[in-house]
Amino acid sequence: MKKFRVVHYINNFFAGIGGEEKADIPPEMRVGAHGPGLALQQAFGEEAEVVATVICGDSYYGENMESAEEELLEMIKEQSPDLFIAGPAFNAGRYGVACGAIAKAVQESLDIPVVSGMYEENPGVDMFKKEFHIIKTGNSAADMRHSMPKLATLGMKLLKGDLIGSPSEEQYHTRGIRINYFNDKRGSLRAVEMLLKKVKGQTYETEYPMPDFGQVAPNPAIKDFTQVKVAIVTSGGVVPTDNPDRIESSSATKYGIYDISAYEAMPSDVFTTIHGGYDRTYALEDINRVVPLDVMRELEKEGRIGSLEKYFVTTTGTGTSVGNARRFGQEFSQKLMEDGVGAVILTST
Amino acid sequence: MRLELGKINIKDVVLGSEMKVSSGVLTVDVNQLEALVLEDDRIQKVTIELAKPGDSIRITPVKDVIEPRVKVNGSGTIFPGVIDNKVAQVGDGRTHVLSGTSVITVGKIMGFQEGIVDMSGIGADYTPFSKTLNICVVLEPVEGIEPHAYETAAREAGLKVANAIGEAGKTVVPDTIEVFEHLGLVGQAMAYPELPKIGYVCMLQSQGLLHDTYVYGVDAKNIIPTIMAPTEFMDGAVISGNCVASCDKIPTYLHQNDPIIEDLLAKHGKELNFMGVIITNENVFLADKERSSDGVAKLAKMMNLDGVLISEEGYGNPDTDLMMNCKKVERNGIKTVLITDEFPGRDGKSESLADAVKEADALVSCGQGNLVITMPPMDKVIGTLEDIETMIGGYDGSMKEDGSIEAEIQIIISATSAFGCNKLSARMY
Amino acid sequence: MVHIATVVPIALTVGANRIVPAIGIPYPLGNPNLEPIAEKKLRRSIVERALNALETEIEDQTVFE
Repeated sequence: MKKFRVVHYINNFFAGIGGEEKADIPPEMRVGAHGPGLALQQAFGEEAEVVATVICGDSYYGENMESAEEELLEMIKEQSPDLFIAGPAFNAGRYGVACGAIAKAVQESLDIPVVSGMYEENPGVDMFKKEFHIIKTGNSAADMRHSMPKLATLGMKLLKGDLIGSPSEEQYHTRGIRINYFNDKRGSLRAVEMLLKKVKGQTYETEYPMPDFGQVAPNPAIKDFTQVKVAIVTSGGVVPTDNPDRIESSSATKYGIYDISAYEAMPSDVFTTIHGGYDRTYALEDINRVVPLDVMRELEKEGRIGSLEKYFVTTTGTGTSVGNARRFGQEFSQKLMEDGVGAVILTST
Repeated sequence: MRLELGKINIKDVVLGSEMKVSSGVLTVDVNQLEALVLEDDRIQKVTIELAKPGDSIRITPVKDVIEPRVKVNGSGTIFPGVIDNKVAQVGDGRTHVLSGTSVITVGKIMGFQEGIVDMSGIGADYTPFSKTLNICVVLEPVEGIEPHAYETAAREAGLKVANAIGEAGKTVVPDTIEVFEHLGLVGQAMAYPELPKIGYVCMLQSQGLLHDTYVYGVDAKNIIPTIMAPTEFMDGAVISGNCVASCDKIPTYLHQNDPIIEDLLAKHGKELNFMGVIITNENVFLADKERSSDGVAKLAKMMNLDGVLISEEGYGNPDTDLMMNCKKVERNGIKTVLITDEFPGRDGKSESLADAVKEADALVSCGQGNLVITMPPMDKVIGTLEDIETMIGGYDGSMKEDGSIEAEIQIIISATSAFGCNKLSARMY
Repeated sequence: MVHIATVVPIALTVGANRIVPAIGIPYPLGNPNLEPIAEKKLRRSIVERALNALETEIEDQTVFE
């Protein structure tokens, strides 16, 4: 029977190298299990073997994230692991962030399951819970005896492709991922029952807690618009008539960047809208109702703004996940900045 | 208002040359139906085809699903205000239902807003209409027809066909008869003084062009919130005129068979006092959203409700209507539970709704619509597969060479409808 | 960045800081019920309001009506 190969990541302290004074040690590799890795090996029994332990000082990792990651990945790859375990880090913040970062990198580049363990207040939890499973631990190493077996158990389940249960069943931190399942009762009945509980003052549990989208700090005001290049961005799904990039009419997985430098106004024979969430009749009659190019050109000619960027950015808003939208925004805002754009007008339908 | 709802359980449907029900078998008169549909100049061709549970059949693009019913006595006809200009008050008297059957209109109206019904395979698990005996009306409009006109023609065709078939049940003795009675707001309050007064706020899609709903023939864009009796829905007072994202869709069939109304009526007089339905809309102007949500909160208060269930059709900007309704009703001291579906992206990691208020602390989820599944090829397609990749939920590469379809469950009719007719839900991992 | 959108509550919920209310979901910067010249004037007034919003210092999310 094949024994699965496991690589374990720990820090300077758990490796027995030293405390804070050794937090600056660079990555190193030792054969077999070390420190808490022995408890991990015990938990695996005969099914898996901790073939190597990789170690890095918490401060070293924090100050050299890219190079530390590269070095560690090389060491880990050489071992051809089937599973990667990081920590547990309990409440140690730098250690938790390092565990999270290296586990994420291993998952992405080696495509193997990864597990870590942290206390709920460890900043590594919020940062990485969506990337992989993080077992809930107590706030200090006194909890090692209880936590380590849970990392091993979950790790084996992931390895074997077993169905992973809910956060409370498997004891990992809630990841914030919505997953479908079939309930015993239809939704309308569950709603009636929930309402009766609420009306009677009994406890009930919502099936979806309200999201918090977060805030960003407002940018400072523009002092002199005549020096500023403005770009138009839209979520109205305006694209060239042949939709060359095949942007979806809902749940967009892409955005497009299209040239408008030749036009004084948005021409209805060159552009269209493919957005599936609003009545497109009016936009098709006059696309300037969604992408106000005609007016922007006037303002540009009059010198109200420095200039208008020669392209506009577009995607479909309806059904598009926040995750995708965030990624689009991060990408195209890079380009806008590189192209010297100083202000964006975003239009939505 | 008192309605006797008689259900005739249909075990099988066959195509034939008369319209009749005998020993649980429905025969549909194909020629009569085709002639009826072709009375409308806007339709150039129609075929009637059957699809039964377990068949290896894929129906697409689906426009609406409608249940054949008939008024036996009491005022009005089924679907008041939309057929032949006949409008009268409904919800009273006696109505028969050909239970277990549905009429499905098939035709490419907007392309991306129609959806799929699979009668077997994994796709069938997600739609309620894989369990009904479906009489499919496949439409081809005249050349160059404009989408509004095609939608109207398709809508009317479906309703006329459902009515014509429903007539076959008029003189049949139903297998079950349920009686629903509304005693008036004061009457009900006096009849069950100990029970919590519960209302149902039914949000109707009304975003324009093919995102419309009709109440006694009136476009829901133009209504202000009002009170309706549950039995009015049973007689087709509210019908779907819309092609919103398929998974979310409330087809006419679900307005006729509203599971929220059913589940509230099941507990009425025992655990709760179902006072009535408040209908409202989901318009595209902020002022309309404010006006309608104000109206909903006001009516809930005037009805002295203790709690309301709020359902939504659609996603995106209607999430704001949902939250405004919730917030304003809660601020009137009335408890709310919201029913909605979710769109957290294919990996389930994004936020599920576009808007949120802290008062929305009790929500039932009908599942997340971005989940990608692969539906196996079917032996027969009623309609056409041409547009799968541009339909909502579909994408480049959805249509596989072997005929299977990899797409988000958004593409399946009523997979996540926020009336809660299905057992699909989502939870946090 | 300034966000021109009809459903201001959503713009607020998702965290836009400078928000200018639009006319309607299917025509944020237009109004088919107006004559073309009047409509273009309306569009211009919304865009100008957007530019003014960008020129205004703010501490918190602000709707420029």
